[in-house]
Amino acid sequence: MQNSKTLLYDGSFNGFLTAVFVAFEEKLDVVDIQRNSKGQSGLFSETETVFTNVEKAKRVWNGIRNKSNNAISQVYFAFLSEEEGVELTLYTYIRKLMATRNAKQTDYSDGTVLRISKLARSVGREKHRMEAFVRFQLTKDNIYFANIEPDFDVLPLISKHFRSRYADQQWLIYDVKRKYGIFYNLDYVEMVSLNLNEIHFNKIHKSNAFLNQEYDYQTLWNDYFKSSNIKSRINRKLHTQHVPKRYWKYLSEKKETA
Amino acid sequence: MNFERIREKLNILADAAKYDVSCSSSGSKRTNTNKGLGDSSGMGICHSYTEDGRCVSLLKILLTNHCIFDCAYCVTRRSNDIKRAAFKIQEVVDLTINFYRRNYIEGLFLSSGIFKNADYTMERLIAVAKKLRQEENFNGYIHLKSIPGASDELMYEAGLYADRLSVNIEIPTVSGLKLLAPDKKHEDFTKPMLKVKNELIRFKNERKIIKSTPKYAPAGQSTQMIVGATGETDKDIMYSATHFYKNFNMKRVYYSGYVPVADDSRLPSIGSQVPMLRENRLYQTDWLLRFYGFAVNEILNNDHPNLDVDVDPKLSWALRNMQHFPVDVNKADKRMLARIPGLGLKSVQKIVNARKFRKLNWDHLKKIGVALNRAKYFMICDSRNWESRDLDAEKIKGMILQHSAGKFRNQYSTQLSLFN
Repeated sequence: MQNSKTLLYDGSFNGFLTAVFVAFEEKLDVVDIQRNSKGQSGLFSETETVFTNVEKAKRVWNGIRNKSNNAISQVYFAFLSEEEGVELTLYTYIRKLMATRNAKQTDYSDGTVLRISKLARSVGREKHRMEAFVRFQLTKDNIYFANIEPDFDVLPLISKHFRSRYADQQWLIYDVKRKYGIFYNLDYVEMVSLNLNEIHFNKIHKSNAFLNQEYDYQTLWNDYFKSSNIKSRINRKLHTQHVPKRYWKYLSEKKETA
Repeated sequence: MNFERIREKLNILADAAKYDVSCSSSGSKRTNTNKGLGDSSGMGICHSYTEDGRCVSLLKILLTNHCIFDCAYCVTRRSNDIKRAAFKIQEVVDLTINFYRRNYIEGLFLSSGIFKNADYTMERLIAVAKKLRQEENFNGYIHLKSIPGASDELMYEAGLYADRLSVNIEIPTVSGLKLLAPDKKHEDFTKPMLKVKNELIRFKNERKIIKSTPKYAPAGQSTQMIVGATGETDKDIMYSATHFYKNFNMKRVYYSGYVPVADDSRLPSIGSQVPMLRENRLYQTDWLLRFYGFAVNEILNNDHPNLDVDVDPKLSWALRNMQHFPVDVNKADKRMLARIPGLGLKSVQKIVNARKFRKLNWDHLKKIGVALNRAKYFMICDSRNWESRDLDAEKIKGMILQHSAGKFRNQYSTQLSLFN
């Protein structure tokens, strides 16, 4: 009997796809696929570190995409959820996908498929929320700057949206939790990491990184937000359902309540 | 810019505009090709939600709240003693651009009180939109209000810059309009609607031949009706909504529970409750008509002129038409699946996909996300324990109500609460 194996990869999506490639190629009995940093070896399995190989990753990517465009985006979205153990679920998902002739990704009566589609949905939801809840502040060097703290790693997913929307202004969205950001320099978007000595959430104290005019607009927005509320229809439960409290600290219209 | 003055104006004019419920920013196609500002393609985004739980997606303001009309239901009516203000065109443009650049909004929703006359007001609204599009290179969403009685030429021009145009019919019945807004004529509302409709059709046809035909209101037109201001029934409201969907190619009809803003013997007095539950039921019906393949006379007719308060309209229809049930989820067509109470369109799609692989049972359905507490009385699946008792509609309704909690329950329940 073949030994069962735990595969370790570097944490990147390409790394994960390479691990899937290796597992398929060597017909491994995979117990788990784990990030290098979080590696935890099993009692009865060997571990093997997989080195990221873009060629191999691409072959897996194309293989899934040839099955279905929907499936590949589901895989990518679910991967970005960073949920513990998602790699193994994804591996099972990909195996099922490859083993079936017809559109397995729509078999919602299969536990794995349903699980991945639900994960992909919640990442999609977070992506959409971030497109809504990013609040830019204009810095003195004319960059529109925003801090975010999303539940999932959605920066790669929202970059296109912001690039096509704010094509004529420099902007920077920085993920405080994962310590990297995306910066648009009027030509293209690049990944950046910063040494932020101060996280700019919506505190009342004014930072001198921003123009005074910036705070004027925040006040106007804050006022607008309050005047568009109809008091006789108040429904705080619905309000927090749509704008969960964990996002409030970066929303300038929630300044006083945060 | 004079910050304090702008601030004051914004407060007055945003406050006056908030009774317009439409805030959608979806359905337009305006991709950012010129490296300009903004991109509104496809989905809308709600950037925030007010404490009443309504979406904030557009900067919704009036250009001015000076108005020559005296409609009883309206907060900016001539006889109302409130602060008046007016924005300059450039001020609206600056606010929009700066809010948009900070990712606060999807675009602008500009309405106005009517000053001088309809055309004069409409021209000002168009000027704002034109400036945004041509000078600021703005591709965001613009929703303009069509002023009742505006001329056809202006309505044509408005559509060139706006994504959506809307006229609020406000009062669903002609008699109600006579009572509450005696200066306005029903034709004043329908005239701009008709023009927009015809232009939309013209655009669609010309587009087939000349690809570069300038866009005309790509997100269509919408309207709004006030609910609970005059004594109209749900049937009156939904029949006139259907009329607008059918005859004016409306994208949306909005229903707005009347918020008392005036002491007027013709209207509910100040302090009376906003009919939010009724509003909710009307929206549910609207969805059933537009997406679930129901005809309006199936849900509302002379025998049932009003919607049930305690159950949703689909369940209420099902209870009246028990001869169609139970439905076999593994065999029934999509149309019938969508009619099962507790099944939404997403679930229907999932069921249709999943049943190609295996027969579905309760377990599958539950995981897919079907609201079984309602659905189980109306369907059978690949399982032996379905509802086999011979229950009549009243019993089913009782059992469903007993095993569920509704957020509006306290408004109509006769049960006294122990606390509070």
